[in-house]
Amino acid sequence: MSVKVRIPTPLQRLTGGKEEVEAAPGKVMDIVNKLDEQFPGIGERISEGGKIRRFVNIYVNEEDIRFLQAEETEVKDGDEVSIVPAIAGGRDR
Amino acid sequence: MGYVSALRCRECAREYPVEPIYVCEFCFGPLEAVYDYERIKKALTREAIAKRPRNLWRYRELLPIEGEPQVGFDSGMSPLVRAERLAKILGVKELYIKDDTVMHPTLSFKDRVVSVALTRAKEFGFDTVACASTGNLAHSVSALGARAGLKRFVFIPASLEQSKIIASLVYGPNLIAVDGNYDDVNRLCSEIANKYRWAFVNINIRPYYAEGSKTLGFEILEQLGWKAPASVVIPCASGSLLTKIWKAFKESEKIGLIDKLDSKIYAAQATGCSPITTALKEGREVIRPVKPGTIAKSLAIGNPADGFYALLAIKESGGWGEDVPDEEIINAMKLLAGSEGIFAETAGGVTLAVTKKLIEQGKIDREGPIIVCVTGNGLKTQEALQGHTAPVHHIKPNLASFEDVLKNIGR
Repeated sequence: MSVKVRIPTPLQRLTGGKEEVEAAPGKVMDIVNKLDEQFPGIGERISEGGKIRRFVNIYVNEEDIRFLQAEETEVKDGDEVSIVPAIAGGRDR
Repeated sequence: MGYVSALRCRECAREYPVEPIYVCEFCFGPLEAVYDYERIKKALTREAIAKRPRNLWRYRELLPIEGEPQVGFDSGMSPLVRAERLAKILGVKELYIKDDTVMHPTLSFKDRVVSVALTRAKEFGFDTVACASTGNLAHSVSALGARAGLKRFVFIPASLEQSKIIASLVYGPNLIAVDGNYDDVNRLCSEIANKYRWAFVNINIRPYYAEGSKTLGFEILEQLGWKAPASVVIPCASGSLLTKIWKAFKESEKIGLIDKLDSKIYAAQATGCSPITTALKEGREVIRPVKPGTIAKSLAIGNPADGFYALLAIKESGGWGEDVPDEEIINAMKLLAGSEGIFAETAGGVTLAVTKKLIEQGKIDREGPIIVCVTGNGLKTQEALQGHTAPVHHIKPNLASFEDVLKNIGR
């Protein structure tokens, strides 16, 4: 088992066109870092200095991580992560 | 021939071709149409506008389409109603209701944005149009999409008022009710938009769609004789309408339609969903998302896509914002209907109640002109008033029974 991560269109060029990739469980930022090892460049596109960018929303099992523990949210085996452009949403920082 | 040369990221200014895309590939910032204002200045004068049909396309040079409009020939130019009775009650001098409750064809301001979105969608060659909606947008996409001959997929939160559901279904779209709130629907639609080649008006067509809101701003200025009002109060859900009205004012100044822009812009939200006004009042630049809980469902967006830019617009104009509880929303709906004969949906109640509050706080100047933007019709959300209206007087069909009741009514 592992974590399923859904990739939005603007980032699919970095994942070789894949809409969904797998990652090992861990905190949200660990997953972002792991993804970056697999798909170089993806990390800096969705995060900056260890924080998720203002115009990126991350959901774990359909819940916005800002209602969970933000970047510290634990993602377990079998969980699903969605990366969704916020279009222009603000962030809690 | 259009006046848009590119799309540009509002954050990092990278430019993109005019395509159905909506976010910057690099920083995920929103994309916005880039206009050739020098050319527009020559084509779009007060005189040119005055000669055109009274619909939203009279400002077409400042709308992001290429060829001829496809729908919306009877949309726009809603009344700017001078509200003298209401002004007296609120203790202000010059007050107007910008009345989009009578917008053709679906009785809300959404017919403005959808007219632009569908025209652009057809230009891009889409045959299917879709949206995530709290109701009004669903109606507009369903109706104008029928007129434009497009297939339609409409996604709504399952908890939506029954009357709003029927008012979409009648136009024959594929209506998908999602278990969840608007933010859940919106997130799901972003993922669907990734996968299917459909024109999602508020996702991949958003840079074009959102520009349609500017027509509300242009109309206010034109209807005031090309003068900027002192104060404009605008309901906020995603924050896009407020952002675009401010943009319309600035563009009008830039191309010389108005001489001087000195308007203050005010945001109106329901206390049960007030991420924008809360950030404003707490002096934060960033929006903290909330779980909505208010009768004003058309404003119940807890994670407002344009909240950040709405805050910028409010501050740049020197305006402010407030939020009001459900009880005040209902009272304001009744006040507007009882004084001016305009039946607004709950969002209109929010806007008027906030206007009243800001006047009492001294934040809105009593001289005016004050513009209250009422963006949707009350017939759509009648459930909200259940148990809050005056009683019906039941009588027997004879004069005595009538006069019995009349004694208690007082005249």
